[in-house]
Amino acid sequence: MVSEVKTVSGRAIPLVGNDIDTDRIIPARYLKAITFDGLGEGAFIDDRKALNGQHPFDQPQYQGANILIVNRNFGCGSSREHAPQAIAKWGIQALIGESFAEIFFGNCVAMGIPCLTADAATIKQLQELVAANPQAAVTVNLETLQVQIADYTAPVVIGEGTRSTFIAGTWDACGQLVANADQVRATAAKLPYISWGQLAAS
Amino acid sequence: MSKGTLFDKVWDLHTVGTLPSGLTQLFIGLHLIHEVTSPQAFAMLRERGLKVLFPERTVATVDHIVPTENQARPFADTLAEEMIQALEQNCKENNITFYNIGSGSQGIVHVIAPELGLTQPGLTIACGDSHTSSHGAFGAIAFGIGTSQVRDVLASQTLALSKLKVRKIEVNGTLNPGVFAKDVILHIIRTLGVKGGVGYAYEYAGTTFDQMNMEERMTVCNMAIEGGARCGYVNPDQVTYDYLKGRDFAPKDADWDKAVAWWESIKSDVDAVYDDVVVFDAADIPPTVTWGITPGQGIGINQFVPKPEELLEEDRFIAEEAYRYMDLLPGQPIKGTKIDVCFIGSCTNGRISDLREAAKIAKGRKVAEGIKAFVVPGSERVKQEAEAEGLDKIFQEAGFEWREPGCSMCLAMNPDKLQGRQISASSSNRNFKGRQGSSSGRTLLMSPAMVATAAIKGEVSDVRELL
Repeated sequence: MVSEVKTVSGRAIPLVGNDIDTDRIIPARYLKAITFDGLGEGAFIDDRKALNGQHPFDQPQYQGANILIVNRNFGCGSSREHAPQAIAKWGIQALIGESFAEIFFGNCVAMGIPCLTADAATIKQLQELVAANPQAAVTVNLETLQVQIADYTAPVVIGEGTRSTFIAGTWDACGQLVANADQVRATAAKLPYISWGQLAAS
Repeated sequence: MSKGTLFDKVWDLHTVGTLPSGLTQLFIGLHLIHEVTSPQAFAMLRERGLKVLFPERTVATVDHIVPTENQARPFADTLAEEMIQALEQNCKENNITFYNIGSGSQGIVHVIAPELGLTQPGLTIACGDSHTSSHGAFGAIAFGIGTSQVRDVLASQTLALSKLKVRKIEVNGTLNPGVFAKDVILHIIRTLGVKGGVGYAYEYAGTTFDQMNMEERMTVCNMAIEGGARCGYVNPDQVTYDYLKGRDFAPKDADWDKAVAWWESIKSDVDAVYDDVVVFDAADIPPTVTWGITPGQGIGINQFVPKPEELLEEDRFIAEEAYRYMDLLPGQPIKGTKIDVCFIGSCTNGRISDLREAAKIAKGRKVAEGIKAFVVPGSERVKQEAEAEGLDKIFQEAGFEWREPGCSMCLAMNPDKLQGRQISASSSNRNFKGRQGSSSGRTLLMSPAMVATAAIKGEVSDVRELL
């Protein structure tokens, strides 16, 4: 289940706007399912309908792009992983933005999708470069912490701990967490409420 | 770096160790699950051949997809039926306590855990729902998580997390009449912004919170996430202990005294160090209403929809989008805005004290003609308590519909939805575009008493005129 994420290469798609929330990324009606399959078609569906084909996710020049460039506080709102899952199912493998909502960021990491940040001016530049040349080759490099669009290179940022999990292929924490079950039980045993709180009704 | 706060103490006590990534492996004392974000997590467990490590510290209920009119099984909505069946099956297979419809204790997950006494000071709590921050009202550190993390907690009872900074938000003084906990949190978010809390835990302190009851504190903590904070909490005190004592899962007898002593020990020290401190005066907080498409776009009831030039440059883009979507003009008063639908309920404001405040306004009055107004209790227990007090009658006589418990129109995963461009006065937590079930529907957030006032007047109105 573990795979290294050192670089993501392909083409990018600019999505301009601050505070784009999880309900816009995937409206609640798409949550009524017991799997994440089929979420891709619902990605930004209401915004896309409102823009009548002019939303970047519908514009022909961005079809097949795999790197999403966003602005400030992207993914705010719900903790639902349906939001990054919808973006991932649409084909996105990395995000670059001014900032990300915390749970959204954590969900992306847990799914193996790096979210990197850059300052507002750099993001604007990246979005403009992609809009001017949607076919430009784009590479996000987690080892050098750089994004390259054609011959333009800019620095990007991600927390060192998170970066190392992608590079080492240990972003999927589940295996590590499960491996420490003995220490988990030892920690639990020291907590007073474990002995006085019996939660199970059965 | 913070030191000596409740957050620091609870974090340290629950730390299992440091992972190779540098993240902390944190033990989760209580895991709450529901039907929307858990089925995929159970599927991931099955794929990996893993078991639930601490089923005895996991509790389930069903809330998001529950119909509030006809709850007969199978549900009319086959997708909703499929979701509740998946939860029933997963709980049964994994020996997880499940408060199903009709159990007497079903309801919105953030309403039932406190009322059952599951939520206690000093616990770490996780749930696949961002409003898990509600449980911080008890001095718990409570995180909303995604589905991969629900899997992690099921499999290991832990999460991989990086430590947060702690911001103390102090509000002092007595709230003016007609001003409620909801107004306090809308005011805080409006001031600090929807991303102001990113990277922080919010500690709510000061005499205003000291005076609040537990349900009011839950309302404030519930919306910590809307300000970008990962969690929010209030230090436990006598109000907390009085609320908890005697509840189903609260410590009993000798354990109770031990518990109180421990709870006292985990409170933030008087000389605790914070990463940041922000101070508000309760007297400055008016009844507050949102006009836009984020919970941070709020104004006092007597204020005007802000003009772009009054806003920070970085807030203008989303403001322009909000004017268009909400069909409100900059500079126009919010008071007098005509309303189509009034919704009282949700994990923010679906508790008994919320219904009591709304009923005070509704009593002896009539919902304005053409308004659809409905009340959705947060849990089966809230419903029962409200009916014992006759609140259902007060609402029904005024022309409100009285429903069965669930999340309802807060996110409209059940049949309760706005239609087309309808505009609602809502006691819920989010005014995002399309949030209440229509891709063009509009939401104005406010306190339950203000929603009741809007229902009576047919337009956004000042609750103080009906007190």
